[in-house]
Amino acid sequence: MTTSRNGTANDTPDASPDSGGHGYSGVPRWLYLPAAVGALFVMLPLAAMLAKVNWSQFIPLVTSAASLDALGLSLRTSAASTVVCLVFGVPLAMVLARRPFRGQRLLRAFVLLPLVLPPVVGGIALLYTFGRQGLLGKTLELAGIQIAFSTTAVVLAQAFVALPFLVVSLEGALRTAGKRYEAVAATLGAGPTTVLRRVTLPLVMPGLASGAVLSFARSLGEFGATLTFAGSLQGVTRTLPLEIYLEREADADAAVALSLLLVAVAVAVVGLSYRKPGRQVAA
Amino acid sequence: MTFRMTARVHGRLEARFTVAPGETVAVLGPNGAGKSTLLAVAAGLLKPDAGSVRLGDKVLFERDGGKHGWVPPHLRGVALLAQEPLLFPHLSVLDNVAFAPRSAGQRRATSRETARRWLAEVDALDLAGRRPGQLSGGQAQRVAVARALAAEPELLLLDEPMAALDIHAAPQLRRMLKRVLAGRSAVIVTHDVLDALLLADRIVVLEKGRIVEEGPVREVLGRPRSAFAAGLAGLNLLAGTVTAGGLLVSGPGDAGGQAVSGTSDGEALAGEPGVAAFPPSAVSVFPELPHGSPRNCLPVVITDLEPHAGGIRVRAGELAADITPAASAELGLEPGMAVYFVVKSAEVQVYAA
Repeated sequence: MTTSRNGTANDTPDASPDSGGHGYSGVPRWLYLPAAVGALFVMLPLAAMLAKVNWSQFIPLVTSAASLDALGLSLRTSAASTVVCLVFGVPLAMVLARRPFRGQRLLRAFVLLPLVLPPVVGGIALLYTFGRQGLLGKTLELAGIQIAFSTTAVVLAQAFVALPFLVVSLEGALRTAGKRYEAVAATLGAGPTTVLRRVTLPLVMPGLASGAVLSFARSLGEFGATLTFAGSLQGVTRTLPLEIYLEREADADAAVALSLLLVAVAVAVVGLSYRKPGRQVAA
Repeated sequence: MTFRMTARVHGRLEARFTVAPGETVAVLGPNGAGKSTLLAVAAGLLKPDAGSVRLGDKVLFERDGGKHGWVPPHLRGVALLAQEPLLFPHLSVLDNVAFAPRSAGQRRATSRETARRWLAEVDALDLAGRRPGQLSGGQAQRVAVARALAAEPELLLLDEPMAALDIHAAPQLRRMLKRVLAGRSAVIVTHDVLDALLLADRIVVLEKGRIVEEGPVREVLGRPRSAFAAGLAGLNLLAGTVTAGGLLVSGPGDAGGQAVSGTSDGEALAGEPGVAAFPPSAVSVFPELPHGSPRNCLPVVITDLEPHAGGIRVRAGELAADITPAASAELGLEPGMAVYFVVKSAEVQVYAA
């Protein structure tokens, strides 16, 4: 028989989610089944891959010259493409979020296009822009600059597919933060550049940081556009995903080991960006 | 420096507005009357469709025929204090207040010295090291006042600064504002007649984007000419045409077409538009027309009964009567009932509108 340990009237559980009580959740019980299947669908392949890792050869495999070249190239190009995304993405997000203008919806649609475009198509488009016979490529060639099939091409391909991640995430943060702080800052005598530097960017820093991390992660995983536009030259354009794809044919153990490396980097990146969820600017 | 503005913002504002040097002007009016629009135009956050805005000799805005002028908000010397404090959440209280001096080019250390001075001015020096998230509403608004003052604005705009505060914090902030606004050119938008009484030299009443009444605080509240100002002053107001012994009420209200007798000042001339004002406490309520009375009897229909200062306020359209709960019970008053509001001629002030 159950008896309440302290039968006071105030002993009812608190519905507030913060105070440890169990509030009404609104989740039907049957929902847990498809949710569990969904979670398994994501986790099972990773586990399967983990089971295939040849642990005794793991260290030699991931420290081979080709692997280290690919990893180093991937990290360097992804960092560079994240910088490119920041330099052009922050102004783009500001323009899209702050000032309405003609054709804004169209511009936004085009900026977001690489999110849904097959990367191979992006690579072909880049090739016809910066390639030897491309729109800008011819002029660049005359100036002695050759982009296609160089490390620069890798960075461009990655930036092309990663830019929308930064713009979307920052534009959302800018809209949430609103313009009121900026208006107050202006009436306090701060010019537009000072407002951007001292008010706007600090206010959207969480959004900017997660946008940058997502861009980096997307760059790290880039495959299709890179292969099409930059090719696969060891140490020059062969990034980690390309190396994995190649090794899959030649040495399955090496492919699995490198995949695990990429998973580890991805987990670290996602962990970093979602460490402080829901940190919002109080109004 | 005198602030002068003539502005038209389509559908929101059409007003000519002046602030004399050292003067505090209270802008009052119902919701959506254009009060915030007026402040936004003055601060440079909204470009009017036409008009001009000047601060002293400086042309802040001009669009009038061929002339064009525009000074962006940060070069105006006009600071805005909003309803919410809007302290920058990523800066400490001290750095919030130091924001304007820093923007004006002061070095970090100097700007913080300046900030300490202004925090002391609003009795908030002890909050200097805190983050905005650690402040109460009243504390945050005090810091916001210090931050605005630290910009040393030539004109300070306050948009309902007390509205978001609880009833304990508001009087404290009001006392502080009274001190810091003295001798400063300022515009305060408010809903509260108390703010106007304590803080302002002059009242401007906005309705539907237009200024319907303006003047010294005592004059506007003592002899209101608009329904809104009469409501603020707690007076009943009837508009109409001045007659020899009082006022012929115009308009569609319950009292429309009635002659009201009252005491007139010498300035109200018969035949001209005028208003009759009387306090709700001077009104008695009768279920039937009282006989042989020299008093004013207005037939009305009760719209609402509400508690008011220990008694009952009987509302009938725009008019109100204050009676005791006992009297109300005895008469069996309820909304929808037709009664007579009776008021002595001596209690009715008639003056030109």
